Amino acid sequence: MLGVVPPRPMLSLDRLGTVIAILIGVALFAAPFATYRATRIASGQSRLLIEALPFTMSAVVAIVALAVAAGAAIVRDPLGRLGSAVIGLAVLLPSLGLSAGYLTPADNTFARVSPSTGFWLLTAAFSILAIDALARMRLGPYGRLAALAVGISAVALLLFSGIWNELSILKEYHTRADTFWREARQHLVLAFGSMAVACLLGIPIGIAGHRFRTLRIAMLQGLGIVQTIPSIALFGLLMAPLGALAASVPLAAALGIKGIGAAPAFIALVLYALLPIVANTIAGLSQVPASVVDAARGMGLSERQRLLEVEMPLALPVILAGIRIVSVQNLGLATVAALIGGGGLGTFVFQGIGQTAIDLVLLGALPTVGLSFVASIVLDALVDIAKGALA
Amino acid sequence: MKLSSLIRLTALILLVAFIVMPHAFAFVFEPLTVNRAPAIYNQGSLLTLTLQHLRTVVLATLASTVIAVALGIFVTRPSGTEFLPLSRSLVNIGQTFPPIAVLAIAVPLVGFGEKPTFIALFLYGLLPIFENTLTGLTQVSPQTLEAARGMGMNDRQRLFQVELPLAFPLILAGIRLSVIISLGTATIGSTVAAKGLGEVIIAGLQSNNIAFVLQGGLVVALLAVLIHDGLGLIERLAARKLGRSLDEVS
Repeated sequence: MLGVVPPRPMLSLDRLGTVIAILIGVALFAAPFATYRATRIASGQSRLLIEALPFTMSAVVAIVALAVAAGAAIVRDPLGRLGSAVIGLAVLLPSLGLSAGYLTPADNTFARVSPSTGFWLLTAAFSILAIDALARMRLGPYGRLAALAVGISAVALLLFSGIWNELSILKEYHTRADTFWREARQHLVLAFGSMAVACLLGIPIGIAGHRFRTLRIAMLQGLGIVQTIPSIALFGLLMAPLGALAASVPLAAALGIKGIGAAPAFIALVLYALLPIVANTIAGLSQVPASVVDAARGMGLSERQRLLEVEMPLALPVILAGIRIVSVQNLGLATVAALIGGGGLGTFVFQGIGQTAIDLVLLGALPTVGLSFVASIVLDALVDIAKGALA
Repeated sequence: MKLSSLIRLTALILLVAFIVMPHAFAFVFEPLTVNRAPAIYNQGSLLTLTLQHLRTVVLATLASTVIAVALGIFVTRPSGTEFLPLSRSLVNIGQTFPPIAVLAIAVPLVGFGEKPTFIALFLYGLLPIFENTLTGLTQVSPQTLEAARGMGMNDRQRLFQVELPLAFPLILAGIRLSVIISLGTATIGSTVAAKGLGEVIIAGLQSNNIAFVLQGGLVVALLAVLIHDGLGLIERLAARKLGRSLDEVS
């Protein structure tokens, strides 16, 4: 009986699709779509979908969402599922902006409208459907980059078309646009600047560690301990020596090195980034087959040529995988830098916590999540491309 | 006794001594203070804070372990395979969320204090344990499973007597990772008024007292490193036990 596939019934329910359909049902009929607040820190009042939009528009959103729910439960073809998820998002996301305009009384600049549980659940349901479909399609690296580009363009369109301008998070943004871009730049400098320094230091250390066993063990153990120390504690531990350095060496102070601020955060991020880079450089080099190295030696390549032309290119995918870990890790850790005056998008998160202003928290948190998401997809694709170039 | 064990033991003794009677160490931190500021944290007992910190981490890790292992088992059974590709993607996406963002988003939903910290710790702790449970359960070789089936084991016996024991060291490694991340996140939890060791560091930052920042940082760092080491030891013991029982079979 092996190998005989039982005939599939014409209309069978997909388990995941059924869960998604139930999620959509709950979101539509049992959860508020938007929250209205009289001022930015006032407590919110829930608005159901039918109250949050003009009747026709809320009917359109409900019908499309129900159609997506039905599609998720019945359609099994990944492309069809992806298509219905995209249509769902294309209707849902702009409708949030319309809802904000509809709920805000005319000429009222204090009122705030933000998405509520129902909207988030619908977005989650549609996104899960899309993510599952994309995972089943097993896109190659270029396909994934293309899908990412489409996603980024869609979000950019929503942000720059002005359709979301009445939303509370964008109102928070508009009142501090200058600061936002300054802190965003600072965030990128902290995260990627420290990553660049860590690569410049870590790859040579990794190469040396590959050659010398004692160095390898010492480096990996030492960096492993650093990796265990919680970020805020490491920032704190670096503040005392840096403060002393600035007080005793005028040059250090002139270079802007202080106990508080970006310097301890930057150094801590470099230290955190070193372990994945050193460890992956060592792992990448040690997986180069001995026969390949021997062949290169037989061809008369010098040690330097062997390293640069044979070993490093073969180790590249593993090193890139280390850089992928570091980029996501550093983008997240850089948020904590704001706590010691290092700036970055965390500034808004901590300000928002202090003022219990959720929109301000989201203004700092959402771009951070977005950046990490983009960085991880791009670097994953680069790892695959580097592997493909070797094959 | 090996040098490394000696260093660990010394670190542990110093840590415990400092937490229990911090004022005996005041002379170390006095040079760092200015304007006769207190050298030792004076707004609460370090011992209580440490215990509260550890309690939050332990409770959250227990909760994430139960849920993550159960989910990992579910998606590797025939009835849950439709959820497998999605759950892998969700774990990858979940890890791009910085812990502080989870913490900050939880505050407006449940208020200040222990609750948002617990939620952030629980959610963030799920990911490494779930990921390692998946890896551990999916790497059990088909031959081993076939042999278990041949011995007349049913699905349930195979899971509890073969698959889970083989995946156990990896699951433990996931728990260790989760505990370390939680220790750090619980420290940041002090910014949302959760009781814990982060309080010492934040009080130091607010009052410009480097002595507080340094002692808070030292206690948190030592605690994390020692717990990481201790859990690593348990992991090695588990792996060795597994290795031996496998040897006995063969």
